[in-house]
Amino acid sequence: MIAARTPTQRPADAKLLVIEANGGLQHAPRHRLADFLRAGDVLIANDAATLPASLSGIHLRSAAPIEVRLAGRASLAADDVHEFVAVVFGAGDHRTPTEQRALPPALREGDALALGPLHAQVLRTLDHPRLIALHFDGTPDTIRAAIARHGKPVQYAHLPAPLTLWDVWTSVAARPVAFEPPSAGFVLDWALLHTLRERGIGFATLTHAAGLSSTGDAALDARLPFDEAYHLPAATLAAIDRAHAHGGRVVALGTTVTRALEHAASRGLKSGDDVADQRIGAHTRLQIVDAIISGTHEPGTSHRELLRAFASDALLSRADAELAAHGYLTHEFGDSVLIAA
Amino acid sequence: MNSTSSPLRVAVTGGTSGLGLALVRALHARGARIAFVARDAQRVRRVAAELPGTHGISGDIASKDDTHRIAMQITAALGGLDVLVNNASSLGPVPLALLADTDCEDLEAALATNLVGPFRLTKALLGALGAAAREGRSARVVNITSDAAVSAYAHWGAYGASKAGLAQLSHIWDEELREHGVRVMNFDPGDMDTPMHALALPDADPAALKRPADSARELLTLLELA
Repeated sequence: MIAARTPTQRPADAKLLVIEANGGLQHAPRHRLADFLRAGDVLIANDAATLPASLSGIHLRSAAPIEVRLAGRASLAADDVHEFVAVVFGAGDHRTPTEQRALPPALREGDALALGPLHAQVLRTLDHPRLIALHFDGTPDTIRAAIARHGKPVQYAHLPAPLTLWDVWTSVAARPVAFEPPSAGFVLDWALLHTLRERGIGFATLTHAAGLSSTGDAALDARLPFDEAYHLPAATLAAIDRAHAHGGRVVALGTTVTRALEHAASRGLKSGDDVADQRIGAHTRLQIVDAIISGTHEPGTSHRELLRAFASDALLSRADAELAAHGYLTHEFGDSVLIAA
Repeated sequence: MNSTSSPLRVAVTGGTSGLGLALVRALHARGARIAFVARDAQRVRRVAAELPGTHGISGDIASKDDTHRIAMQITAALGGLDVLVNNASSLGPVPLALLADTDCEDLEAALATNLVGPFRLTKALLGALGAAAREGRSARVVNITSDAAVSAYAHWGAYGASKAGLAQLSHIWDEELREHGVRVMNFDPGDMDTPMHALALPDADPAALKRPADSARELLTLLELA
């Protein structure tokens, strides 16, 4: 598939491939998405806003330039902003495809990193030359202010111009805890929320700290997705109950929503904070999510692997052929699929 | 203080002087969780130090580049948002001028602070406000307006026109967002003894003006927080 190169969240000509449980494939303009949901269904989105998680700076011991991409934190607690898991790149920037990015200088526990106004130490190395746990100095307020001022959203080599925060926040973006955008949510606007309400289709949210979608490093990518903290509101569980009471489906908007809901379901579906640490793939028996709306993902990626929980490999292969034949675009700003399990 | 048990989460722009500061103080005294925004980093630090537990954010709501930086600090510090008070305001030309003598740049600056800035910040925070509403909390945006938005006062053209735009923005947004549980309202605090009023009318008798604390209390009453 071809990568979408324009950072428009809802292009007028966006496409939707509806993949039905019985094997049916249907092409539709994506602005007709609501027509493929039914009264009683509940659509659940990830309302995480995206952090400017890319921090450029210097590894002080070697004086070498580095780019740090924040990639995980232990919880969503408001003041838990001192420690992050991070992926570190060496010299260069996002215009170089991540696959070709230089390794950072050798990183050791205790190394100091100067990232603009932020001062950090390497807390631990994590069995890979690019992967560390780091600790920021300062109060939660000064750390948040410094990330806001100095950070840039994670950039993509296939886009012609750098992304700004408003390019990567969805229409329902709330707490800034995602490291890359929960981009399935780009389909949302307030007109769609109005249509859902008019048609008796529920809408609810959870907050999931979506991690990096790829690092360009095969060994690291094999470890994706990293653990991701999430918050499941009681109101969202109530919306799921209402859907079940009306014979409706739980429709997850994106892979992050699926991962959070299935993780919560495996723990008895309680509201509150938790950390999703499971993998979803061909052998996963979905407990709560009935359908997914997702970007188009290429075989081999962790996102595509998750789709195998919703449809057989034979059906997904037929869908891949349709996507390619009809010129669907892939990556963050690309087209979408709806798969009913 | 609210239908739910946890404290109200409030953001106030222009929170280091005049009505904004009075509001921050009054909300702090009532146990709300507060983030406030102002341009002057030193003043932000001073107010945050004076009122422990509040979160001071430096930024210019008139600047597009600052909008999301401000929004992310608000929702990260408060863990969400229930009430946004768009209070930061610009008079336009100082000293006040007849519209025919007002430079385009001064009109644009008034629009940027009084209309476009609140539009952008509200839009960037609507996701958090909508989430609060879905959780059964009372989600509100309060835009600080003025009688100059309604009556035609000579010399108040840039300010009055921008505040009139803001007032109509509130009306339309309230109509559109009501179904999602987010209410948008205007609040006219009256003529107060504030630094901005002194800039506009340096010869006014402060004793004849309202104290910002009194206007702040009226706003808390409107929000059912008094």
